[in-house]
Amino acid sequence: MGTRGMNEPSEIAEEQDFVTVVTAGQVFGLTLDRVRDVFVPRGLSPVPLAPPEVAGLLNLRGRIVTAVDLRRRLGLGPRNSATPPVAVGIEERGELYGLIVDEVGDVLRLPRTRREANPVNLDEHWADICDGVYQLDDGLMVVLDVDKVLAFERAP
Amino acid sequence: MDELLGEFLTETGERIDLLEPEFVRFERELNNAEMLNAIFRLVHTIKGTCGFIGLQRLAKLTHAAETLMGQYRDGAPVTVESVSVILDSLDRIKSILGGLEVTGAEPAGSDSDLIEKLERLALMQSSVDPSYVSALGRPLQVGEVSLEDLERAWLTAPGPEGPAGPELAHRDLPARSQTVRVGVDMLENLMTTVSELVLTRNQLLDLVRKNGKSEFKSPLQRLSMVTAELQEGIMKARMQPIANAWQKLPRLVRELALDLGKSIDLELVGGETELDRQVLEMIKDPLTHMVRNAADHGIESAEEREKAGKPASGHIKLRAGQEGGSIVVEVEDDGRGLSPAKIRYKALASHVATQVELDRLSDYDAFKFIFRPGFSTAGEITEISGRGVGMDVVRANIELIGGTIELKSTSGAGTVFRIKIPLTLAIMPALIVAAAAQRFAIPQFSVVELVRVGGSAEHRIERINTTPVFRLREKPLPLLDLAELLGLEEGGCEKDRSGDTALTVIVMQMGPKTFGVLVESVFHAEDLVVKPMSSMLREIGMFSGNAILGDGSVIMIIDPNALAATIAAMDLPEEGWSAFEEMEAPGVSATSLLVFRASTSVLKAVPLSLITRLEEFDAGTIERMGGDDLVQYRGALMPIIYFEEGRRRDEGMQPVLVFTEADRPVGLAVDEIVDIVEEALTIEIATDRPGLIGAEIIRGNATEIVDVSHYLAKGIGARLKQGQAASERDIAVLLVDDSQFFRNMLAPLLEASGYRVTAVGSADEALALKAKCVSFDLIVSDLEMPGMDGIAFAERLKGDAAWGKIPLIALSSYGSPTLIERTLNAGFVSHVGKFDRKGLMDTLEECCKKWGRAA
Repeated sequence: MGTRGMNEPSEIAEEQDFVTVVTAGQVFGLTLDRVRDVFVPRGLSPVPLAPPEVAGLLNLRGRIVTAVDLRRRLGLGPRNSATPPVAVGIEERGELYGLIVDEVGDVLRLPRTRREANPVNLDEHWADICDGVYQLDDGLMVVLDVDKVLAFERAP
Repeated sequence: MDELLGEFLTETGERIDLLEPEFVRFERELNNAEMLNAIFRLVHTIKGTCGFIGLQRLAKLTHAAETLMGQYRDGAPVTVESVSVILDSLDRIKSILGGLEVTGAEPAGSDSDLIEKLERLALMQSSVDPSYVSALGRPLQVGEVSLEDLERAWLTAPGPEGPAGPELAHRDLPARSQTVRVGVDMLENLMTTVSELVLTRNQLLDLVRKNGKSEFKSPLQRLSMVTAELQEGIMKARMQPIANAWQKLPRLVRELALDLGKSIDLELVGGETELDRQVLEMIKDPLTHMVRNAADHGIESAEEREKAGKPASGHIKLRAGQEGGSIVVEVEDDGRGLSPAKIRYKALASHVATQVELDRLSDYDAFKFIFRPGFSTAGEITEISGRGVGMDVVRANIELIGGTIELKSTSGAGTVFRIKIPLTLAIMPALIVAAAAQRFAIPQFSVVELVRVGGSAEHRIERINTTPVFRLREKPLPLLDLAELLGLEEGGCEKDRSGDTALTVIVMQMGPKTFGVLVESVFHAEDLVVKPMSSMLREIGMFSGNAILGDGSVIMIIDPNALAATIAAMDLPEEGWSAFEEMEAPGVSATSLLVFRASTSVLKAVPLSLITRLEEFDAGTIERMGGDDLVQYRGALMPIIYFEEGRRRDEGMQPVLVFTEADRPVGLAVDEIVDIVEEALTIEIATDRPGLIGAEIIRGNATEIVDVSHYLAKGIGARLKQGQAASERDIAVLLVDDSQFFRNMLAPLLEASGYRVTAVGSADEALALKAKCVSFDLIVSDLEMPGMDGIAFAERLKGDAAWGKIPLIALSSYGSPTLIERTLNAGFVSHVGKFDRKGLMDTLEECCKKWGRAA
């Protein structure tokens, strides 16, 4: 994982750091300050009666992590890639979540002014949790709103 | 400094600490309701507290701020200007608190500038002159007095010197020394570390077990012991008696009583009950809130109480204790209780529920409305409570730690709130079991015994249709299949292998309920460090927490309360038994019977399907009116019928079987409900005694099968017979059913509705009547009969000169779409469930209208 320019404190209003992740071929950006760590999810215990987005629970260095599958959160089919999935650790109100993605890419620093609003015709699963897009050299990066990614219908 | 004041400062300081980072967000998101609510609660709490420690300046300022925020909370649009004023007010509150901290008294000064603005805004929330803001001459951002400054002020403050409360003077303590927040974090970290240590130890133990390397055994044993001691020590360090959370309540109640001009006693029971420190912190506020509510709204004035025949002095009682794996805290008052009518009215007025929904709600369920945000029935807004802050916050705080809150209230007699807090942070011995090849933990405190079933084991699971039933020492045990309950396996783990695979039934007891949980296997017992379920998964309700096993994997802990609740839900005849009926397979004619005692010691039984509900009423609530006994039931009066005159109870609970006739409930009072059994009914001993259909040996006991219609006739049969439609009718019905029981059950019912009924036991007997040229207007026939079945009978009648045009109604205990199609093809005009009396009556009615008497 690259760490290009992530050490010097950035001007609050000017630029923002994103951890890029890839799921189903799409590049997503998660604001760096929300990402705790990146790990390989091992030993998932599925949770009966849980919402389908919840892939299971796992033990990460003595803490219990709730793994949320970004594919299912986006309403996509199951993963069939040969490479093992990766999880992005997110801490929310004292609880640990692992967002399961296909792969984790570089950290990018992007000027806020370049962020564009969600395209109006975005799929509703996506529009729910996306918070704008960036036009990168090699395609679009969709910014994920972490709070909303974790806020799905919880009733079993 | 006064201890109460110290507590207040600490608490308020903590709350502001928590909220402070959010203030900035509030500026950006003007209409963030959550934020607004949080600040509102903060202000409300400060207001409530300073009202009775005599902090005039704060009380006035917070009152004005609360009034304005209340309006925003109710939906008025928030403007940038008002946010500034609110934030300014919070800054002012902080600076007053800072002064209080240093001197123990409110600093001199006036807040009229802010109060004026707040009041003005409250009057006309729409427009605010910005000059008011600038007149203040301070930047609009928050943090004017930063928390660091406050902290420094605290630390450098020359200790307590303010005027101390007279009776608490000896308890002079610096304000902050009460709470060691760092300490709690430390303990938390230690706890996590020890949990890890326990895991590592468990892994080592596993390894040694597998390898049998003996030289590690004794040091490992020592390590094991030391770890256990360390674990216990840290657990203990985290525990505190609940009395710590109660400390300030006596004073609070006294002050409240003075303020309100009431006389209130406070009784505290079980203060020694130990709670995890963190849990204790979390329930402190809710408890205070509830006591405050009880004093303010619950307890009536002395005159009112005397008028109601109660002692002039009100009584509030807090009781704590351990119950199973939970801590239960009750807050009880003997005040006026909640008024269901008021709550319904309020729910309707605030559009929380519609009239139809409210009509269906029991009082118990209606009370739950008070846990909604902004729901308050207090007639007037007082300085102490009554703005609808409170019970929603209480519930939120308790649910945050995985607890539950319930309330019971009797109008005029008082209210009891019952908080149940699971020991989420405790170490819990649990059984590790497997269901559908996945492991789950079941807390040991609820487990009574384990029983092997199936395979070569002596016990086995019998099945009634598809429902597994287990008999333990001749007592039937309701059984839950864990895999099925968790949705892991269609049909559960018991499916297809009840005969040859050994399974385990975990016999569990929760409160008065004993039940069995069927699992594939039980591995071993393990001490688990319970961690609360992720908030994302809490709503599943089946798990009380999760934990990391010795092998490092995560396991979910089954909540025994949830299992008990599932069993309880199955007991409801409405739900449980309708499911049963659906499952009933062709050829099985077992009938579910409710066995009870009434009037004599001989057991009596009625088919469960005839009963709508089982209820219990306090004998005192059964009223006598014009020779009839009536009881309030679901918003209407229900007649109560006794098996024998004079069986009326004067006190205690009266069990009542509720039947529904013509859409109205009728209650049949019994002495005792004994059991629910599943029996193939063959009335063995017929009888002529009125009110009895016959007798039957059920589970080795002679049991009288009761003719319900005989008894109900007193209540509703009469009503039916009075009905003109019934008395005018002259319609001949032929009832063909091989079961004497059903003939005996249905014939009187049909007769009560005005039909002339001829009942026969087989199609052949019916055809014999035809040969004798007897004619009928309608034929009701069972489908499953030995010999000629219903379908063959119908086909036989098709095109018959005499009986060919008589409408035929099919009775059947099950009804698949194909079967219904077959019956209709065979010539039946309608298909009615055997247990569906109302359906049968309606169908008969319809046929009469359609084909008239000429049919």
